Amino acid sequence: MTVHDVKHAASDSARLEAVGGRLSRVDGPAKITGAARYAVEQQLEGLAHAVLVDSTIAAGKVVSIETQAAKAARGVIAVLTPDTIMKLSVASDWFGNPLAPQRTFCPLARDVTYCGQHIAVVIAETFEQAVSAAALVMADYDQAPALVELGDGTAGEIISIEGMTKEWGNAQAALAEAPVHLSAVYNTQRSAHAAIEPHGLIARWEGDRLTIWEPSQWLDGMARTYAEWFGIPFENVRLVSPYIGGGFGSKALALAHSAVAAAAAKMLGRPVKLMLTRSQNFTSYGGRATTRQTIDLGADKAGRIQSIIHRGVSEVSLEGMWVEAVGSITSIMYDTPNFSSRQDVVRLNTVLPNPKRAPGENPSAFGIECAIDELAHELGLDPLEIRLINYAEQDPHAKKAWSTRQLREAFAVGAEAFGWAKRSPAPRSMRAGHQLIGWGVAAGAYPVQRAHGEAVVKIMFDGSVEVESSSIDMGQGTYTILAQTAAETLGVPVSQVSVKLGDSHFARAGVTGGSRLAGIMTGAVHKAASQALDELIGLALSDPRLPFHGLQANTLAVKDGRIGSPRGDGPELSIAELMSMLGRDRIEAKGDTLPAGTTAEERYKNYTTIAMSIPHTEGDYSRHSWCAHFVEVKVDEDFGTVRVSRVVSALDSGRLYNPKLAESQWKGGIIMGIGEALLEEGIVDRRHGRTVNSNFADYMLPTNADIPDIQTISVGIPDPHSSALGGKGVGELGIVGVAPAIANAVFHATGKRVRDLPITLEKLI
Amino acid sequence: MRDFSYLRADNIEAARNAAALPGAMLLAGGTTLIDLAKCGVVEPATVIDISHIEGLNAIDVTADRALIGALAKMSHVADHAEVKSLFPAVSEALWQAASAQLRNMATIGGNLMQRTRCPYFRDPANFPACNKREPGSGCSAIGGVTRGHAVLGVSEACIATYPGDLAVALVAFDAEVDLGERRLKVEDFFLAPGATAEQEHDIRPGEVITAIEIPGSAAARRSTYIKVRDRQSYEFAAASAAVGLELEGDGRTVRDIRVALGGVATKPWRARAVEDALKGKALDEATIREASELAMQGAVDHGANHYKIALAPRVIARAILKLGETA
Repeated sequence: MTVHDVKHAASDSARLEAVGGRLSRVDGPAKITGAARYAVEQQLEGLAHAVLVDSTIAAGKVVSIETQAAKAARGVIAVLTPDTIMKLSVASDWFGNPLAPQRTFCPLARDVTYCGQHIAVVIAETFEQAVSAAALVMADYDQAPALVELGDGTAGEIISIEGMTKEWGNAQAALAEAPVHLSAVYNTQRSAHAAIEPHGLIARWEGDRLTIWEPSQWLDGMARTYAEWFGIPFENVRLVSPYIGGGFGSKALALAHSAVAAAAAKMLGRPVKLMLTRSQNFTSYGGRATTRQTIDLGADKAGRIQSIIHRGVSEVSLEGMWVEAVGSITSIMYDTPNFSSRQDVVRLNTVLPNPKRAPGENPSAFGIECAIDELAHELGLDPLEIRLINYAEQDPHAKKAWSTRQLREAFAVGAEAFGWAKRSPAPRSMRAGHQLIGWGVAAGAYPVQRAHGEAVVKIMFDGSVEVESSSIDMGQGTYTILAQTAAETLGVPVSQVSVKLGDSHFARAGVTGGSRLAGIMTGAVHKAASQALDELIGLALSDPRLPFHGLQANTLAVKDGRIGSPRGDGPELSIAELMSMLGRDRIEAKGDTLPAGTTAEERYKNYTTIAMSIPHTEGDYSRHSWCAHFVEVKVDEDFGTVRVSRVVSALDSGRLYNPKLAESQWKGGIIMGIGEALLEEGIVDRRHGRTVNSNFADYMLPTNADIPDIQTISVGIPDPHSSALGGKGVGELGIVGVAPAIANAVFHATGKRVRDLPITLEKLI
Repeated sequence: MRDFSYLRADNIEAARNAAALPGAMLLAGGTTLIDLAKCGVVEPATVIDISHIEGLNAIDVTADRALIGALAKMSHVADHAEVKSLFPAVSEALWQAASAQLRNMATIGGNLMQRTRCPYFRDPANFPACNKREPGSGCSAIGGVTRGHAVLGVSEACIATYPGDLAVALVAFDAEVDLGERRLKVEDFFLAPGATAEQEHDIRPGEVITAIEIPGSAAARRSTYIKVRDRQSYEFAAASAAVGLELEGDGRTVRDIRVALGGVATKPWRARAVEDALKGKALDEATIREASELAMQGAVDHGANHYKIALAPRVIARAILKLGETA
């Protein structure tokens, strides 16, 4: 190797490691080699194993539970039922609002509101013994009719979500006057998070201190829930979640099974491990809710939208509340003088749905982005052209300027890379043999969700750097970008930085959801690292024993782990040498992004609830990430099978902290979007309210063979209004708009408009 | 899964003796047995591991016949050079079945014993009624989610689809299964449900599949397997067809044709009406499509699976057209 090569390699590595560099995931080797120990892989002395027994009816009462045979089975320690498990306090919701504090919470159900609800638990010495004994537990039910289908006349209570109503102008009158009308109903299906790592936990009590090893997207929030359930101080709960094998929104809350395990551990005085089976991962917690939306569009003959009337409904369980807000981005995609959107939910005998990647925005995009495609077809306009005709120059709802909106650029760059200009406009006009070829486009958006976080940065005696935060890495790259941020701020190589995440006793962080974590935590780490560096430089300049003392300099710089004058013309020390001369074993700084004067109570609330999230339209700007997807599909003319053969997506997530990881996130979202467009569906037997495809053979996730080359292009520019370092959300954005782009491409291929997801073959033959 | 005793058979005689024990079930690749035991569908008293028996995994192919040992792995047969050249439909059916991991584990004998994917059959805790599991208990599928269920060979007792691919190709080419004392056509080895849905295979206590034999033929040499499904890989067929074609010297008149269907029937389904309609005919697309429709004679749907009646003939036609083009 020549000297020239060495220099070249060093500058390459510096470029990779800087914020904005394409550094590979620092946790990658540990995961690939199996060295990464996930939460439930803890090996504990005296661990007992719990297996749940689930209701086989969707509605009714558990009259009795026969446990004698299970109790007598080999290795069984206990069988707990609603009558015998300890009662807990009701925890507050995720805004921190107390719920029915006078009542108690029984994590095993006597009153059944969905099929698969946990009604008993068997705890045994081994997992196999618990499984075997659980099959011997027999329940007797008083069954009631189940409400299982959205809008089939048997559905339960319909609740208007008034807070989601958006109206301006006079939508009804403008629709009536518009020369061009379009009215359509769009349905999206129930879908599962389907993370490869199942839900589960290990719970261990030591006196009134509780340690929980559990995959978590929100350590502080879940720790609060455990503390409230058991009536112990927040500080007495330690949640540990070093790695997460996929969350997608499902792992942000402590759930009923979590309470069962923690209660059993307390009652038995032994650590208890409880893992949901794969099937239970489809039935014990909800995925994306089924939605239905009606869109009425009025336009003039040039394609300018005059009015949008949108009515949405999503399913929810009999207890609890989660709204899949299908109007969430309907109001911001296009400029319209008149608009009306309302949302209902319908109560059904289903498990409480959960946020799943871009909750609301994803089905919302399916409605509006298909509808505008239909309008383009009706008017004989190019689908891209109609989007530009109706381009919203400001937020039409908030009436505020966009912080940044590179959507026009996304359309242009994406169209160019895809070759959109060569599209033959007529449906069913492109083919290769038996394959009908279709090209479709759709846009997407995701609001910039902001909150506050804190981080600790330690400069150690040997020059190494430690970063600590109770935030988490579920594959999106937190370990990596925080190492990059600390390294760049401190002027040390990434190899000297170790990032520690996933322990609620570390510096606090709020929920990892809504694509907010990277923006918050890079800001917090940058701040903590800057403070630590300031302290280090201050000590170096003021200590008369050090060579910098006589420099008359007012600052020093650190580069490649060495500290010296900013011009590099004076004495130089490694950080380790400096620390040794200072006689310090560490310099530690805690940085947070909270405003000065924030009280302790506000801090607690910021980290353990979502009540202090900052609205994306706060102040003068409306902040969103944006994207445009260009998709090619091939539809077999005889079989109706749809294969996505090409995807080009141009995305605006602002500044990227690590483009390689951002692209992976975007592609993951696009793949999930292909799944929801074509394959995935939680199928329910309407007579029983039972999910019948609760396994990975029958619940169709895309395989590698279903995924074509995906090209993602960043069109973002730094957005100073969205985060400290200029980034906007990445993780959720990629999925938004994929399903309508595919549906629009299917229409272009076949001339058939499918408004019900997933687009399975029988809908096209 | 309940406790069971485990026996390892070192030779075929030991396996046959053990297989005659009450509640005994054979374990080869385990991809069906272990799965169904975990679902609570089967509760063997004794599991007899035959995977260590020597000599049962041979694959011997000549122009006259393919002889495949019961313990040959699906992936080995799929990748066997002579199977690919002399029985392409067999190789293609195997490649399109299951996943790479499953094909590496599953055996040919075990593949013939694969059970239905009917979700009601597979979930005894939630759906106690299943005539296949509990004769006389009823059928939970009828009136339920039936998108994947059969339209051919169904009865009031059962509409569960035979899910496999390999056996469809075997039935098309008149393969036989060797049970030791008895030898049966694969087509007869599988039983349509009728009033006895619990009987899926003509196999008796103490019988062990040792091999299958596929007669060589011109139609087998010019054959293909087309499998249609929503997902490109790792999904059971919405409809599939194994087709073999032999043409006269003129290159367009059908001398021999074999057609069998998967994904639409309660057993691997030979479509003789299609074969009879095309023998002696000159191939053209209209004739092929018309004849292919005959495969659906007697089809009965249960709503959500109605599409299969339209789909299956198109799969047959595509396969014949593909073979015709390669003339």
